[in-house]
Amino acid sequence: MAKAKPRVKVPSKAKAGEIITIKTLINHKMESGFRKDKKSGELIPQQIINKFTAEFNGKPVFSADVRPAVSANPYFQFKVKVSESGTFKFTWVDDDGSTYSTEKKIKVEG
Amino acid sequence: MATKILKSKRFGYAVVGLACAAACATAAFAGPNDNKLTIDGQEYVTELPAPEGSPFDTIYSGWRFRNEATQAMEMDDFDNPGFTNVESGEALWSKVDGEAGKSCASCHNDAAESMKGVRAQMPKWNEKAGKPVTLEQTINGCRENNLKAKPWKWESNEMLSMTAFIGSKSRGMPVKVQTDGPMKSWWEKGKKLYYTRVGQLDMSCAGCHEDNYGKMIRADHLSQGQINGFPTYRSKWQKLGSIHRRFKGCMKNIRAQPYEVGGEEFVALELYVASRGQGLSVESPSVRN
Amino acid sequence: MNVTRRQALGLGAGAAAVLVAGTAVVPAFAKEKQTADDAIKAFTGGAEAKSGKVSLTTPEIAENGNTVPVTFDVESPMTSDDHVAEVLVLADGNPRPGVATFHFSELSGEASASTRIRLAKTQNVIAVAKMSNGDFYMDKKLVKVTIGGCGG
Repeated sequence: MAKAKPRVKVPSKAKAGEIITIKTLINHKMESGFRKDKKSGELIPQQIINKFTAEFNGKPVFSADVRPAVSANPYFQFKVKVSESGTFKFTWVDDDGSTYSTEKKIKVEG
Repeated sequence: MATKILKSKRFGYAVVGLACAAACATAAFAGPNDNKLTIDGQEYVTELPAPEGSPFDTIYSGWRFRNEATQAMEMDDFDNPGFTNVESGEALWSKVDGEAGKSCASCHNDAAESMKGVRAQMPKWNEKAGKPVTLEQTINGCRENNLKAKPWKWESNEMLSMTAFIGSKSRGMPVKVQTDGPMKSWWEKGKKLYYTRVGQLDMSCAGCHEDNYGKMIRADHLSQGQINGFPTYRSKWQKLGSIHRRFKGCMKNIRAQPYEVGGEEFVALELYVASRGQGLSVESPSVRN
Repeated sequence: MNVTRRQALGLGAGAAAVLVAGTAVVPAFAKEKQTADDAIKAFTGGAEAKSGKVSLTTPEIAENGNTVPVTFDVESPMTSDDHVAEVLVLADGNPRPGVATFHFSELSGEASASTRIRLAKTQNVIAVAKMSNGDFYMDKKLVKVTIGGCGG
């Protein structure tokens, strides 16, 4: 498949102490391991995003251990209380060992 | 129809026939819902008095037949998984490919300007080819003749990304396909296909999408079969898919041998089906079940 | 509605299929798989998961089991002394009930999250929250999954 491309939505600005909503999505087929190849009849091996993590200024904020029952193109929405400006780092781990990550900055005022 | 299916010697069809008979007898007309489609503050036309010559009084986008959970996924571009393809398409737009050393952007510059309204008019008459062409065929024509690049496969990620990207530049614009002049005979051909019963279940497009839209066919809420949202992200597919893929799926369900993807039958059918939705807003890439 | 002989045959076949599945297939399968109850026990270490605090939002009917939006929200001040540590999401009718485990932190502000999940059939979606003091709370919602239509 094409290389997975993460998408994240983080507000660019917030007030100190504000609880912001973050949305993330990565394109990935999330092969469940339950499907059979139509031609050969063999089970297609599982290949999923098994872990998602969000860090803020190096500290863990939110993470998910993911199993095959999460839909293709896994989508996670969650909240974060921000008190200082900084950088979010989002990482997705694939069963094949590859990791995908992206960063977003937020400016916190007041 | 039920009796016809029941005549089949194959056991499976008897069960299908029964399910349909029961569904047709018991399911109330659920109709489209009344929700309004707004994306980024723009309201989309999902309901319209039918265009002249239409068998309907009112035409509805397929979005109106989906439940709120599915509808919500199209109302925010971030929540719409089709937008990963739009982003890939945007990258492909300016990527040099082929022996001519050009990209789409070399000739068409900013897609936001040059591709505006393109999806809304597809399929479109092509003078050189002497026939109507779909968006996929237009893209591949450009790749072969101008970029000197290999054509993309119809249902490939690249093609779906490009049709989603180009389609997104027509979002909110009314579907407006040409049906007169040289298109007339193609439109007639598409119309004939639409009403022709085919397959072991002996059904036509009209049997479901004209005569029974709004009802439940087993567990599915039948729409009018409008194509203003393609390519569409379907939960069933877990990815984007083309109009012709959808046609193929319908034909397989009625146990018919599908026409060729990109072939004259499906192009004519795409033209005719598009014309039944004249005026509906383009929703590409839409989200369906 | 008059039932013809063939319709009756069709019904009989359907009923027979259900019987076969009910008696032979299910018990054999149950032996080798972890049930949702097992998964909850493993998560809580045997402690009881009380109702309350967790609210799970799911569609009553999913048009396609491949993409079912699920949101949960756990009542908690989310301070360092009193917060939600983890939330386990399960689907009790899937071949494997585990869906995901979400981990929260002091920075979370609110213990809520949304995702999209796969449901193989009509079943319960369950969310179990582990609080920082070792208490467990859960919520459960039935989602009807419509499959076997004619959706091409």
